[in-house]
Amino acid sequence: MNLTSILDSLFPAGHQVRIDGHQLAGTASTAAGEVTVLGTTDGAAIDHKIALYLAQQILTTIQAHPRRPLIFLVDTQGQALSRAQELLCLNGSLAHLAACVDLARRLGHVSLSLVTGEAVSGGYLSFGLMADRAYALASSQVRVMDLKAMARVTKIDHAKLVELSASAPTFAPGAENYQRMGAIEDIWQAPSATQLEAALAQLLKTQVGTDLRMQAGQDSTGRVLAARIVDQILAA
Amino acid sequence: MTTENGSARSLRHSYFEATARQRLSWLLDEGSFRELLSPTESSPSTHLAALDIPGAFDDGVVIGEGALNKKPVFIISQEGQFMGGSVGEIHGAKIVGLLRRAQRDKPSAVLFLVDSGGVRLHEANAGLIAISEIMRAILDTRAAGIPVVALVGGSCGAFGGMGIVTCLCSAIVISEEGRLALSGPEVIETVAGVEEFDSRDRALVWRVTGGKHRYLMNDCAALVEDNPVAFRDAATQLLADNAFAPPGLAAQQKNQSRLQARLEKFKDMRDGLQVWQALGIQDPAAIPMMNCADLTRLQKELYT
Repeated sequence: MNLTSILDSLFPAGHQVRIDGHQLAGTASTAAGEVTVLGTTDGAAIDHKIALYLAQQILTTIQAHPRRPLIFLVDTQGQALSRAQELLCLNGSLAHLAACVDLARRLGHVSLSLVTGEAVSGGYLSFGLMADRAYALASSQVRVMDLKAMARVTKIDHAKLVELSASAPTFAPGAENYQRMGAIEDIWQAPSATQLEAALAQLLKTQVGTDLRMQAGQDSTGRVLAARIVDQILAA
Repeated sequence: MTTENGSARSLRHSYFEATARQRLSWLLDEGSFRELLSPTESSPSTHLAALDIPGAFDDGVVIGEGALNKKPVFIISQEGQFMGGSVGEIHGAKIVGLLRRAQRDKPSAVLFLVDSGGVRLHEANAGLIAISEIMRAILDTRAAGIPVVALVGGSCGAFGGMGIVTCLCSAIVISEEGRLALSGPEVIETVAGVEEFDSRDRALVWRVTGGKHRYLMNDCAALVEDNPVAFRDAATQLLADNAFAPPGLAAQQKNQSRLQARLEKFKDMRDGLQVWQALGIQDPAAIPMMNCADLTRLQKELYT
């Protein structure tokens, strides 16, 4: 699905989003008022330039539009893989972007991410997974690594991984696995203004600043160890 | 500097080669460590068991409370010798649990002894989500006024999601042998070819991801020798200086300008030697042989 039709479906009341290569930013109108829209498209490999561009959009929103909601559209194949990028500490720029999302949250900006294409590893960590709530389209791909590559790296039989992934959400690609583990709130069949408005309204109503993913993962039985361990440590 | 840990000073030890438990025993005041969720109170990863892979009772990370130069601190120490210090569900939850406990109990600081390649592929989704939770917990801890100091000098360095986590800490202490990056050189070589990054060229790997380079680029607060006493002294000094600030708007804007300026300045460079020359260092080729004290002096000159 192309980005323009996704934007039209999500924001029928109007949007002014500039697409510049693999990055995008702008504003859109919703029932909750104007929102900042930013993100990546066409399976972007997140490099310094994209990370700093997105971070700048967040800082500008914080400064010019207090409490304006942030909507992230995520389509990333992961971090850029190059020596030049690593030389300038790419993890540092991704951390900076993540810290900007977190700062916005502390200053009263709710944030919501939607995976429209792919969401992979470091690219997803840096902004999509930092949002208050994460959503994904049913057609999207969320993963760290596909099972064939995982079989090669871990030297575990591919057939065994396929068999185990039928019941366990722990390692196999798929937004539904992330939903079962508490990291993705919901999966949308198609980009939907109704669902976006409802999600945004709920976020604005609750203003939950705390990370509830562990509890959500336990409630949906996809990740049952983590929450208990944290409780044990707090009680020790 | 005074020390409360004589056994760390009695012999010359390598931080790089040490285990997670040795490191924290040398870092903290002698006998001050109290482990939380010790191996007898926890179980190995069920996810690894499902793949017929032997687990560890501590899942590759030790957490607890102790003292650093008589100041109460919390500590996290990753075991690089167990599955590359990788983050799975239990490993990640232990770190998040300790950080949440720190927000409640307010120690002077949290010391994070990073030694990890990032997400544990065998628990890929659980590991990725855990790293995201650690990222938020670190920022929550800092926002609560408790500094989190990362120490990087283990055999696995700080890579992948743990490279991001490390850069979210209040300050980083790194050794010459320490490496801090996102994708490992092997991954880049596999995907982009040996011409892009020859992972067997150790000197090159070091010039791109190593402690001296990160320190010269001002990504780390201190550079130390491969010695637990040096790590202990640097962490003690950082806590004494107490120049930590929670990441507010002004700090983020300043960092944005810093990162944008250096991207412009060093764009398209592919080797530490080029960057060091552009930084104004007279003899970049001498950097690899320079000792920590001389390099620290050089770095201070660059940034004052």
